[in-house]
Amino acid sequence: MTVARFWREIPQRYNLVGTKCEVCGDVFFPPRAICPHCRRDGKIVPCQCSGKGKVLTYSVLSAASDQFSALKPYVLAIIELEEGTRVTSHLICEPEEVHIGMPVKSVFRVLDREGSDGIIHYGTKFVPDL
Amino acid sequence: MREVAVIGAGMTKFGERWDTSFRDLCTEAGIAALEDANVAGEQIDALFVGSMSAGRFVGQEHVGALVADYVGLGGDLHVPATRVEAACASGGLAFRQAVAAVSSGMSDVVIAAGVEKMTDVGDSTDVLAGAADREWESFAGATFPGLYAMIACDYMHKYGLTREQLAQVAVKNHFHGARNPFAHFQNEITQSTVMNSTLVASPLRLFDCSPVSDGAAVVVVCPLEKAREFTDTPIKVLASAQAGDTIALHDRPDFSTMGATVAAGNSAFRQAKLERKDIDFVEVHDCFTIAELCAIEDLGFVPKGTAGKFTEQGETQLGGKLPVNTSGGLKACGHPVGATGIKQIWEVVQQLRGEGGKRQVEGAEIGMTQNVGGTGATVVSHIFGRA
Repeated sequence: MTVARFWREIPQRYNLVGTKCEVCGDVFFPPRAICPHCRRDGKIVPCQCSGKGKVLTYSVLSAASDQFSALKPYVLAIIELEEGTRVTSHLICEPEEVHIGMPVKSVFRVLDREGSDGIIHYGTKFVPDL
Repeated sequence: MREVAVIGAGMTKFGERWDTSFRDLCTEAGIAALEDANVAGEQIDALFVGSMSAGRFVGQEHVGALVADYVGLGGDLHVPATRVEAACASGGLAFRQAVAAVSSGMSDVVIAAGVEKMTDVGDSTDVLAGAADREWESFAGATFPGLYAMIACDYMHKYGLTREQLAQVAVKNHFHGARNPFAHFQNEITQSTVMNSTLVASPLRLFDCSPVSDGAAVVVVCPLEKAREFTDTPIKVLASAQAGDTIALHDRPDFSTMGATVAAGNSAFRQAKLERKDIDFVEVHDCFTIAELCAIEDLGFVPKGTAGKFTEQGETQLGGKLPVNTSGGLKACGHPVGATGIKQIWEVVQQLRGEGGKRQVEGAEIGMTQNVGGTGATVVSHIFGRA
């Protein structure tokens, strides 16, 4: 990923800044510029998500693309945030630990390194909220 | 709107075709289809080519023109060629464009091709991950097996599907694949083959996953009223439907229901003025075993949560109430992503002509296809009957 491609989404990736439609109240993370329910009648504003949520579904990945190979096995989960929106994320926990309904919270982590002399991508992952 | 018929179909053997290039796969399937349709180059008005990611698999874009050129339609005849892309639904969508071109009256004889050359690249997992939301799924570590595994996890939690029932989908598709000389895998397997295979993304194991394959498939369409000029066994297109959904799995209200399959299926049945019981067999998009179960439920053949039992009882195997994926499906026939949607139609043509050989569905008169892009952000569905 180029510097610009990552840089332009730093608020979202570092701090879980999504968007909200002030008309219907729906929160979007990943952020959306248009509310899919109200469309042009909606009004989109930024929305800070709390980072707290629960696991809706998950998988333990034993095979991955080259980029994520070093993490194997790792837990991939769809997490529903308190605000009602869902996010796909790496969940940092033991594979035996994860279950549907598990409370989780966001943490700031390294997502990816582009080789030994490339840029380091930081962003949000999740851990169990004990 | 004119009625449309399929007048010819051809495919390459699917598999790891190390000796065959992208363009030669197209030529092999194209020649087979044109000979089958008894069509000459001068009669062809347009070509649509479905390919998911020739750009990443073989570094080649502009594949509409490339394919037209190498099947002999480019240089002298200047046939217009268009590439169509909707991830793994690219083939089905190329066919739908061909149907639209004929139906509208814009063209008469049109070729729909699907092709993918997947084994020339090392990290095909990453290429395929481009069918999901690259920024917010793939970049978080999601792979296609991982996404479908999360569908399976949700489904098992809600409906109590057993690991054995899931394995039976692959066992059944290998049974069919063993009867298809064009299939990537032509060997039968048992439930223990699936359940002892290596874990890919829990609960999915290697034998729950369709393979990385090379291959191409081509069909030829024309107005129904002209079809008998070319063949004695035209196959009528009774419905052509397409539906969309959110690009990311996490934005769906129910991970175990593919909303686009429901919408495309309903549209197809409305167009064809048929009921579920009228369908004799169906080719669905079993990129992973769980996807086949969701597909036959979302198309309305069985109630939600019951496809595992239906499969376990043998109803989706040859001789059952609703044979599913007689070609071997994506699992056993192979899944060169752009080619799959056309291969499904090729199989329907074989069955409706009674040319299914050892996998022939007795008395087959109406067949259906369902082709999925990504985790269901595009679904294309067609219904066919003997003309």
